[in-house]
Amino acid sequence: MPTTGTPTSLSQGSRTRGGIGESTLRPDGTLKVTGEFAYSSDMWHEDMLWGHTLRSTVAHAEIRSIDIAEALATPGVHAVLTYDDLPAPVKNYGLEIQDTPVLAHGKVRHHGEPVALVAADHPETARRAAAKIRVDYAELPVVTDEASATAPGAPLVHEGRGDHHSGHVPHPNIVHRQPIVRGDAGEAAARADVIVSGDYVFGMQDQAFLGPESGLAVPAEDGGVDLYVATQWLHSDLRQIAPVLGLPEEKIRMTLSGVGGAFGGREDLSMQIHGCLLALRTGKPVKMVYNRFESFFGHVHRHPAKLWYEHGATRDGRITHMRCRIVLDGGAYASSSPAVVGNAASLSAGPYAIDHVDIEALALYTNNPPCGAMRGFGAVQACFAYEAQMDRLAAALDMDPVEFRQLNAMEQGTLMPTGQPVDSPAPVAELLRRVKARPLPPEQQWLVAGEEADVRALPGGLSNTTHGEGVVRGVGYAVGIKNVGFSEGFDDYSTARVRLEVIAGEPVAVVHTAMAEVGQGGVTVHAQIARTELGVAQVTIQPADTRVGSAGSTSASRQTYVTGGAVKHACEAVREKVLERGRRLFGTYHPAWATAELLLEGGKVVTDAGEVLADLADVLGDEAVELELEWRHRPTEAFDLRTGQGHGHVQYSFAAHRAVVEVDTELGLVKVIELAVAQDVGKALNPLSVEGQIQGGTTQGLGIAVMEEILIDPVTAKVRNPSFTDYLIPTILDTPTIPIDVLELADDHAPYGLRGIGEAPTLSSTPAVLAAIRNATGLELNRTPVRPEHLTGT
Amino acid sequence: MDFLRPATWEEALAAKAEHPTAVPIAGGTDVMVEINFDHRRPEYLLDLNRIGELSAWTVGEETVELGASVPYTRIMEHLRAELPGLAIASHTVASPQIRNRGGVGGNLGTASPAGDAHPALLAAGAEVEAESVRGSRRIPIDAFYTGVKRNALAADELIRSVHIKKADGPQQFSKVGTRNAMVIAVCAFGLALHPATRTVRTGIGSAAPTPVRARVAEEFLNAALEEGGFWESGRIITPSIAREFATLAAGACNPIDDVRGTARYRRHAVAVMARRQLGWTWEQYRGTGRAMEGAA
Amino acid sequence: MRVNFTVNGREQRADDVWEGESLLYVLRERLGLPGSKNACEQGECGSCTVRLDGVPVCSCLVAAGQVEGREVLTVEGLAEYAGNRAAGGGASVPGAATGEAGAGAARPGTAPHPGGSGELSPVQQAFIDAGAVQCGFCTPGLLVAADELLERVPSPSDADIREALSGNLCRCTGYEKILDAVRLAAARQEETV
Repeated sequence: MPTTGTPTSLSQGSRTRGGIGESTLRPDGTLKVTGEFAYSSDMWHEDMLWGHTLRSTVAHAEIRSIDIAEALATPGVHAVLTYDDLPAPVKNYGLEIQDTPVLAHGKVRHHGEPVALVAADHPETARRAAAKIRVDYAELPVVTDEASATAPGAPLVHEGRGDHHSGHVPHPNIVHRQPIVRGDAGEAAARADVIVSGDYVFGMQDQAFLGPESGLAVPAEDGGVDLYVATQWLHSDLRQIAPVLGLPEEKIRMTLSGVGGAFGGREDLSMQIHGCLLALRTGKPVKMVYNRFESFFGHVHRHPAKLWYEHGATRDGRITHMRCRIVLDGGAYASSSPAVVGNAASLSAGPYAIDHVDIEALALYTNNPPCGAMRGFGAVQACFAYEAQMDRLAAALDMDPVEFRQLNAMEQGTLMPTGQPVDSPAPVAELLRRVKARPLPPEQQWLVAGEEADVRALPGGLSNTTHGEGVVRGVGYAVGIKNVGFSEGFDDYSTARVRLEVIAGEPVAVVHTAMAEVGQGGVTVHAQIARTELGVAQVTIQPADTRVGSAGSTSASRQTYVTGGAVKHACEAVREKVLERGRRLFGTYHPAWATAELLLEGGKVVTDAGEVLADLADVLGDEAVELELEWRHRPTEAFDLRTGQGHGHVQYSFAAHRAVVEVDTELGLVKVIELAVAQDVGKALNPLSVEGQIQGGTTQGLGIAVMEEILIDPVTAKVRNPSFTDYLIPTILDTPTIPIDVLELADDHAPYGLRGIGEAPTLSSTPAVLAAIRNATGLELNRTPVRPEHLTGT
Repeated sequence: MDFLRPATWEEALAAKAEHPTAVPIAGGTDVMVEINFDHRRPEYLLDLNRIGELSAWTVGEETVELGASVPYTRIMEHLRAELPGLAIASHTVASPQIRNRGGVGGNLGTASPAGDAHPALLAAGAEVEAESVRGSRRIPIDAFYTGVKRNALAADELIRSVHIKKADGPQQFSKVGTRNAMVIAVCAFGLALHPATRTVRTGIGSAAPTPVRARVAEEFLNAALEEGGFWESGRIITPSIAREFATLAAGACNPIDDVRGTARYRRHAVAVMARRQLGWTWEQYRGTGRAMEGAA
Repeated sequence: MRVNFTVNGREQRADDVWEGESLLYVLRERLGLPGSKNACEQGECGSCTVRLDGVPVCSCLVAAGQVEGREVLTVEGLAEYAGNRAAGGGASVPGAATGEAGAGAARPGTAPHPGGSGELSPVQQAFIDAGAVQCGFCTPGLLVAADELLERVPSPSDADIREALSGNLCRCTGYEKILDAVRLAAARQEETV
């Protein structure tokens, strides 16, 4: 045992400043605060044209004809493209199922579907020309929900499906269906003392990233194209773009430009193919920028869902069984619906130990806007419903809702409904304990100096609707579980290229990945990992592009785990090569080269006892050590299509919330006062960024609780509120203080023991707010978002 | 599209006479949204920013003459005593950036039922000064709103100013939105007590095709306050009177269901706002000293 | 049409402006100043906030023709502006020079940039230090609004900060770190006074 405070042995990176575990600052921070950071909509090129998309004005129609003559004759217009102009035999794209036409062919399936493209010398010229394109639509009946989509004789959204899900779905208007059966729910139900069931509705949420879909396509001399774009996954884009352009992937060079937020909404393509088509046709650089109106049509949304749940429990508070049916509206194209179904099904029981389950989740094809990835997908909708069920069960048993949850909370070793054991810490009960233990914010916090009402602290805020009248406080709790990384057997890998070299006498690490930095701070963490693993002060993060292997998607809370893991892996390999080189060059000068564990610290090769053997600069000399390596997490497997059994997930992430709200019960307005969070992050590589993710995710959950919803006309399937005037996201006056309690219980399977963190806080935030509103009002509230009408019965 | 930049009011009137389809633009907070979203392509834009007098106000004996382009921020900051209802309403307009640009002239010109200034103007009592090369006229606010997004202006007229009665008693304004800031009204209500004439006036926004007064509610309350001697005694208003006033205010609504709210909710919310505002203003009238404007 | 105005203390001229263009478009596409952001173009997000003759406005809702002869401050000029203010130089940026309309191509800006540049304004530095920047798309507008708040109200309450920034949407941070940043900038500003 050491007897002094000085460690007797070092570990790699323990003395390096700016390594993992520190709140180092963003490398792109300065550019972002000075306005110099170049987002995709900031791209500019000499002689560039502006691209514009003509979109369908109806949801479901046959296209009888498209007349572009007048548009094409407009001065300043360089090209007008329709389906007939597509250059290759491949005309569709899609993340998993290639069901999405690049431009509508004979039919449109949802409101806002791209029909034609225009390139012109000014955006207004392009808009005016697009307005002159005459599209003759013959409207078709729409399907908008499960009843209309599966009714006898219902129009098929996609006729002649041949995708790999088409064989096992009960109806062609169902994209994918995943049942999960474990134990015997029927038998267990007979043992229940109380049974609680409910129908729940989850509205359609928009990612509402602030940077609109945009990019610049520059035609190249080799017949290819250089594309600067904001995306979540460069290589996935590339895989979808190349076949449609009829070009080999090498001829499409993609560079990530600045990304103004993503949250899942950039996992699917938007303007990528369109911009390239126009650039290749005109021979000129083409810029496309959606405005906010178009952005609502330009990306997929979060699946709205209808959920039915039944839980039973014994009098002593043990859950006997759970049955549920989750119907997700996938809209007109598949996008990531199959994966959303898998998540919804496999996570539908929540973070609870339930031995007997009977689960069904499915996604529909309808004529509503396509839905796909958004932060927490599948798990978010389920969490809203099962947490409402937990409160109702606790109430039926006359138990405290937190204690009831703790009694049934899963732990390490608990089996998921899929039969997969949870093989890392699952501190569900502890997270709940922590949020509950926090002191509550003071009552009537809107009273300034005990007298005057500050409306900014009251429901309604600046609108001056109450000075305290009708205001009732409520407190609610929720906890959730989210899988991390791509599941169900997906080969979820990432690639990192790391170079160590001496520049101006200093060792410098250069990290090159294709990871999409969308704001989450991956670039910060990569630099920290490189410092820790290579013991250098200076790290250069190269722009993400397709000249390096795929990093996978910036989604599913996976990038720090997987691309972080890849950077770590590549750094370790580089370190080993450097040490080999050191042994070769200097091994004869000191026996420790052969006998000691060697580390890179402070730009030097040191022994684990802290003895300096050589300067890195001397070891490297003029030679750089560079490696590009792939890294993958443990493999997962597909869920059985009939039973849902299978080790489908690689890791789970847990968060709990306590919401404190004030509700103006007469006007039905809500002010969230505090949203306390506890989350297990495994290891906080950058604590400041961890907090930012938790607070940001929490706020998006708040949004869907009380205001955010894309409204679709049920008769026409048209979007009714595609603007920031009528699709509201929380302002700073809607957002409460968000105190955070971070646990760091290592997952031994993950790099540094870390856990993906981005999504979990979005799950439990929504049901916690709903629970608090129910607590304040006594209302059942089985849909989200809650609108004033629901709270006032009007 | 042509951009007309008159340097003086006379030039502006001449331009509007010559091009009656010209769309006046001052704060731009309505017009530019329509242009950016391709909802509107006016032949002429008539910029009023260079006409200084439109951004000025004069406090007179009876009224405040408020230039059409005085930004809401200035109204909040400088006219709180004279025009408390409008000052509170101004504070609820959109965002600080919009309040720095937008003015009452824009609300009146657009005449959207959701304009935040309308209920306050209706409750306070006001006249819109419209002018053209043909001359100037004052349009009573009650006659100004003629239909959904329609007003009494002639094609060649521009709004120069609004003459608003200075407050002779407490005034209030509230609007309901589903967000705590930067929100368009689901519905709105304004109330002004006029102790000098022993009357009350109201204004309702976003709950009928045009901004309207709740006249039946006003008449009921005027009579009830008179009969009960409330103005003299300063007694607390009987809950049954407040309830009836609220019910009648809701009855003045003729709302629709839309993405922002249901007709039923709008009626309900107008009633709640009417009752609360009557309480706030009456408390203030009674002089019990509690600050009734909140921090709005 | 032609528009002449002053941006960040420099005279600028834009030619062939379409009459329906906004100030935001002219700044971004004609003057090579894309720092002001185009998130909603309907005055509902604040990402395009600039100061027009000192007043924070949404530049997407100012018609290009309306800025003729006026002064605009954008995020690109914020550091210099705040520096001059701290030095007692008042509200305008001296050292005006004539700029050329139409700057060079913007390049993907993901290359790292060493932090801690001494040239940032207190609000800019505080946003970096407090973790108030994630995707950063809302940041320029927030910085212009926050800097103007601290110019008016050197020690704002939390409620004041929330109200002043209630016209600026952020989708990444949940606003907590933004509040931290403004508090931090105010505290640092106080220390130096």
